[in-house]
Amino acid sequence: MLLVLLAIILAMGGVMFLNRAFTPEYGLDLAGGTTVTLQPVTPNGSAPTEESLNLAVSIIRNRVNGSGISDAEVAKSGDNIVISVPGAGQEEVVKLVGTTAELRFRQVMAVTAGSPPPPGQMPTQAPTPSPTPAATGKQTSKTRQPAQTATPSPTGSPAGRALSSALTNPSPATTPAPSDRPRKNASPSAEPRKNASPSAEPSKSAAPSAQPTPLPTDDPMAGVDTTGIDPAVLKQFEALDCSKDKGQGAQDDPNKQFVGCSQDGSAKYVLDKAAVTGTSIDTATSGVDQTTGEWLVQLSFKGDGPSQWSKVTTTAFNSQPPRNQVAMVLDGVVISAPVIQEPITGGRAQISGSFTQVTADELASQLKFGALPLKFEKSSIDEVSSTLGADQLRGGLIAGAIGLGLVLIYSMLYYRGLGIVSVLSLVVASVLTYEAVVLLGEFAGFRLSLPHIIGLIVSIGITADSFIVYFERIRDEMKEGRRSLRTAVEVAWVRARRTILIADAVMFIAAVVLYFLAVGGVAGFAFAMGLTTLIDIVVVFMFTKPFVALLAKNKFFAKGHKLSGLDAERMSTQTTADSKSTPQEA
Amino acid sequence: MSGIARRLYRGEVDVDFVGRKKLWYGLSAVLLVISIAGLVLHGLNLGVEFKGGSVFSFKAPAADIQEVRGTFSDAGVHQIIAQTTNNGWRVTTESLPPEEVTTVQKSVAQKFGLPQNQVNLQVIGASWGGQVADKAVIGLIVFMLAIILYLTLAFEWKMALAAVVALLHDLVITAGVYAWSGFEVTPATLLGFLTILGYSLYDAVVVFDMIKEVTAKLGTTSKMTYTQAANNALNHTLIRSLNTTLVAILPVAAILFIGTTLFGAGTLKDLSLALFVGMIVGTYSSLCVATPLLVTLKERESRYQAIARRLAAHGSAAKSTRQPVTAGAANGSVPETDKRGKKK
Repeated sequence: MLLVLLAIILAMGGVMFLNRAFTPEYGLDLAGGTTVTLQPVTPNGSAPTEESLNLAVSIIRNRVNGSGISDAEVAKSGDNIVISVPGAGQEEVVKLVGTTAELRFRQVMAVTAGSPPPPGQMPTQAPTPSPTPAATGKQTSKTRQPAQTATPSPTGSPAGRALSSALTNPSPATTPAPSDRPRKNASPSAEPRKNASPSAEPSKSAAPSAQPTPLPTDDPMAGVDTTGIDPAVLKQFEALDCSKDKGQGAQDDPNKQFVGCSQDGSAKYVLDKAAVTGTSIDTATSGVDQTTGEWLVQLSFKGDGPSQWSKVTTTAFNSQPPRNQVAMVLDGVVISAPVIQEPITGGRAQISGSFTQVTADELASQLKFGALPLKFEKSSIDEVSSTLGADQLRGGLIAGAIGLGLVLIYSMLYYRGLGIVSVLSLVVASVLTYEAVVLLGEFAGFRLSLPHIIGLIVSIGITADSFIVYFERIRDEMKEGRRSLRTAVEVAWVRARRTILIADAVMFIAAVVLYFLAVGGVAGFAFAMGLTTLIDIVVVFMFTKPFVALLAKNKFFAKGHKLSGLDAERMSTQTTADSKSTPQEA
Repeated sequence: MSGIARRLYRGEVDVDFVGRKKLWYGLSAVLLVISIAGLVLHGLNLGVEFKGGSVFSFKAPAADIQEVRGTFSDAGVHQIIAQTTNNGWRVTTESLPPEEVTTVQKSVAQKFGLPQNQVNLQVIGASWGGQVADKAVIGLIVFMLAIILYLTLAFEWKMALAAVVALLHDLVITAGVYAWSGFEVTPATLLGFLTILGYSLYDAVVVFDMIKEVTAKLGTTSKMTYTQAANNALNHTLIRSLNTTLVAILPVAAILFIGTTLFGAGTLKDLSLALFVGMIVGTYSSLCVATPLLVTLKERESRYQAIARRLAAHGSAAKSTRQPVTAGAANGSVPETDKRGKKK
């Protein structure tokens, strides 16, 4: 047991070392952070309603605290919303949190390159599969990257994410049909579509849909089927240059046709009226694709969502390219426009792409917590220092250290030899807690704030209690005067173990309930509480008990030496008659 | 070592907690009344995070944090959160009325040599307002129900009820201390409350576990009433309770007394006060409120009444293995222990 524990401690230390993470991440109150003010933008410039502001605050709060342990703050300030996130340089996070996240599904009506190709660029592109939308070069401004998927979209879907039902297996050989595509003006020299044949490496990321500039012609509108497109929209479409304006902030009216750009600006779309809107999303979760190992976001629809979704996918499936794609438009930007391989019934969909865990989580939480009722632009970004000031932290730590010293002195005085066990147990618990806090900061965004530190200090009491319970039980057993120390250690353990588990279970239930039901700092605190409870159990089971058992074999303790904490005088608490008896059997 | 200390050290104590339940109930009732009166009359001094406040921003590159805080507190502001930003200072205070805002702006401008209009004011809403607080309350209610359910399964419903009543008792009294002291209630304080909640329950559970173990042996022929057995159990865990409380409270006391005298008031003081009071009350309540309450509930059960009647009829309750018990059963009431110390 002791060795297993040592291995755990060393392993956690090793991970810390590998990640160069040696200090915990601190919360707003201790380390300061980034404060961003978001200003609502209303179409007519009027003040937003109180109601929509409150709704926006609660949605943003949920998004920023999706995991509940990052300890961020969201508050209204007049008509603005102020978000404070711990840590410097968190503007990106705040920006994502402040995006409206209005998601719409629209059937694609027409696609062309996002902007007229710059002169002289084409020849160099020709022989190789050209830079794809997934190529990272253009993506610096956004965290989310559209990317290739294992599903080839032979029609050259410029946004790389594929959308399929959860049940549909991407089958590379489906509908290769390159000839379906109206591309009559494509000059052979600029032809990048060397992968259009079904045999060409469909699973390579850069492969079939590597068509960021699929129509390098003088007239971008050539060959575009304009039937059914509102002339006004068509005009807008022709005027749109995605390299200058990606259409972010454009009025995205679900009841009208829509013109928008892909996220990287490489393609522009005319899209039909919204078929399904984000309000029909029931839940959104991030997860890993079992077959490809890629991160993806899974959606399920509610209400009319499933039937609308099935309808639009059926229509798209029965249409000619490019109208066999359904675009997902998030805040006016086409984040994905996959080809529909088959009608999708059952009300589920998934978005795949080269998500990282972070970006998949972000999108999922944006979709899950709903669209913001207002558009925002950020009006100021500030790096702020800690709210408490360094002096408070220092004061707390010094006082805490003094307090711990007192605890150690007390347990040595009271438990004498056994005090060594309690001191070492506390040391082991502290090391484990520190490692856990550092690792959680590194991998789960856990931020240590002052209440957490105080909570951890209090948890010392709870940890200490576990072995106080145990020691008292051992003494009880010894007092009965008929057991050797070695037996007493074992018998007492059985009884103490039950008490410790029941009491820790109460703490753990408290932690779990608060974690899932509360928001903000309370959730983070509950998390710390659950963590220390688990550590308590680990320490008592894997350190205190084995260590006491080990000591029991030692003469110093077994014979009840005066300084061992198990001496005869200590144990002689029976009534007068047997007060002289020694704890051991004769 | 001598006297009480020695007996404590050897675990040789025998305090009649349960028998003095009228005293404890009375004491708790008084404390509760005082606390509730404080909450009603004074109310809680809620922090900026709950009520919203005013945010002043200005540029004073040469100022240090003590100076800034000092300037605000001299201007009559009570809650001050001073932060540096990448373009100056940002000081959050409680919600100030317009005339006070002007006073503050004037004194800040004067102190740091700024034109008054360069001390900007923004009004900020509660970051822990409505929704967050509501969710915390819902969380608390669900938590209580979950605990009652768990303790009912692990022990029995009477113990669950007694533990939760003791918990509420602790929370109200701690809140009362805040109301009377006027200490600021911040999110940190709220978390302190939650810690108490866990601590108080934990303590009660350890005590109840022992009571359950001791009283499990009671049968129709037993020589102890439930009251006596429970009291026995309490004394049994007394050393543990005191030790645990001492070990848990030492660091908190250090933070409260050393930390705040050396490093000034602030969040530390607000938080450690909650813990300090809560822990003392929590230990007191598991010994003197939860257990007597449990005993009151249990003694109504017919099998324990039967034991009590039988022992009363015999005129004396036999001695337990651990402590001498003298039955005060002359009038047929439940025998009560009345020994503080031991007969040597």
